[in-house]
Amino acid sequence: MVAMPLFTSKNMSRVIKELSIQSETVILDGKIIFSSEEKELGGFLKDLYKHTGINYGKFFKMDYLSKLGFLSSELLLKDVEEIKPETDEVALIFANTSSSLNTDIKYQKSMEDIPSPAVFVYTLPNIVIGEISIRNKFYGEHIFLVQAKYDKNILLKYADSLFETTATKYALVGWLELSPTENYNVQLMLCAKK
Amino acid sequence: MIIGAHNIISPLGFTSEANFEKVIRGEGGIAMQTGTDLSDTDFPASVINESELEVHLAEFLELKAYTKLEQLSILSLKQIIAGVDVTSPKTGFILSTTKGNIDLLKADNLNPNALLATTAQKIADYFGFASTPHVISNACISGLVAFIVAKRFIQSGIYDNVVILGVDVLSKFIVSGFQSFHSLSSETCKPFDANRDGLSLGEGAASVIIHGKQKTENTPYVELVNGAIANDANHISGPSRTGEGLFRAIKQTLRDGDKVDVISAHGTATPYNDDMESEAISRAGFSVVPVSGLKGYFGHTLGAAGIIESIISIMALERNVIIGTKGLKQQGVVAPIKVVKENEYAPTKGLLKLMSGFGGCNAAVYFKKHE
Repeated sequence: MVAMPLFTSKNMSRVIKELSIQSETVILDGKIIFSSEEKELGGFLKDLYKHTGINYGKFFKMDYLSKLGFLSSELLLKDVEEIKPETDEVALIFANTSSSLNTDIKYQKSMEDIPSPAVFVYTLPNIVIGEISIRNKFYGEHIFLVQAKYDKNILLKYADSLFETTATKYALVGWLELSPTENYNVQLMLCAKK
Repeated sequence: MIIGAHNIISPLGFTSEANFEKVIRGEGGIAMQTGTDLSDTDFPASVINESELEVHLAEFLELKAYTKLEQLSILSLKQIIAGVDVTSPKTGFILSTTKGNIDLLKADNLNPNALLATTAQKIADYFGFASTPHVISNACISGLVAFIVAKRFIQSGIYDNVVILGVDVLSKFIVSGFQSFHSLSSETCKPFDANRDGLSLGEGAASVIIHGKQKTENTPYVELVNGAIANDANHISGPSRTGEGLFRAIKQTLRDGDKVDVISAHGTATPYNDDMESEAISRAGFSVVPVSGLKGYFGHTLGAAGIIESIISIMALERNVIIGTKGLKQQGVVAPIKVVKENEYAPTKGLLKLMSGFGGCNAAVYFKKHE
């Protein structure tokens, strides 16, 4: 299934799907596909996981940022048959403003007791990239940028440069924000090389 | 792309030259830390001495209000910034760091100065950069990713020149995390050694100007030829046994005819990393190419590592020396590679720099000397 392009950047890529997750609501290509009564992030992520219908044990070990990014990638990659696992052709290009601070604070608290390696590993924003790569066997290009505010343009330009100069043919591109106070905002695109 | 002015600040010195002089003499910055600021137990690390830093800050009273991480960053950039038109929107600035001012969380969970983009903007504003700074936070490969992104930004026409800065300082947050993983050595780290038992942490700041324009005059220079990033798709905290991501990063970096004369390895001295790296280097067909590891001099400087180690390796390339791997006595890794123990003097032109990190990330960059 390939939708009509919603947004065209420079000239190397076309957007084939767009996903937004905010205020307990998931919007895919302009349509609400899921919403939950659950105001608390942990409960919302659990509800969304159930909604996707997948069975993936590693999900329950992830921190909130990874769960949010992982579920987003599942929703965007669903039914995209041209993307096969075991590939160098899918790039992951993410940005946010709070880096991994949501988990950093939890790790900081755990230090008073016994510091937990299982929490410490998630004190890096790029771990979500690792989780998505493991799930899909994506070996490709990837980057996590931290921005004061969402600069979609620069991320699309970066995707273009990958389409132009590397093996990349598809890219998950966009904003994956989770604040220390659990405010979340996902604005992700699945792009394909023209 | 051309490598321009550069600077390193570490316990070995406050200029690239001072750092290189110590390295070539086999001197390192790792020492036992006995205070309680960073850990309740003693541990070896390469830490920038506060009183030494005070001396360098003496003439810049305005820097008193900045954090140590910001002070090091600004001092490093001050040494290379002359001649850079920071007021041009075509001059980019990239900050590479893993944890920035994370120490501030101790007192206040919501301190805005713990936000990495705030830190980058503060540093950029000190110099008056017109462009918005970019922050790369990709675990231990961040510094090498800064070179790759700088190149891609210039290639895309976004910037003409890019200033890259890598920095991290140690905090209880970082030290306790590595201790919880049991990844710290009780002694100075021993990269690629049969008895290696973990890494040593380090602090540092380093900066480089990447110029987009090719040089026309007849002077020697080092070119940033190409780079690539690849994932292991295997484990978030353990490297792939087959070196999958690093192998792919190397393959995608090198083009036909790129000759590799020396490899500057990641070489953290953890048992798994160095084995993985030997596997990737060997699979790529570089079993007989001299491999050098610099963590024995600087420790693992996290977001600064890719930049510090690239600068030292580039300086070595210019001087036709392959730097001995401090801490290595008896090589002991799974795959056949040739790790250099003592400094060797040999003509070298092509340098391959490697880094790997948590999240299964790997990066490779190929530099070439033109005489």
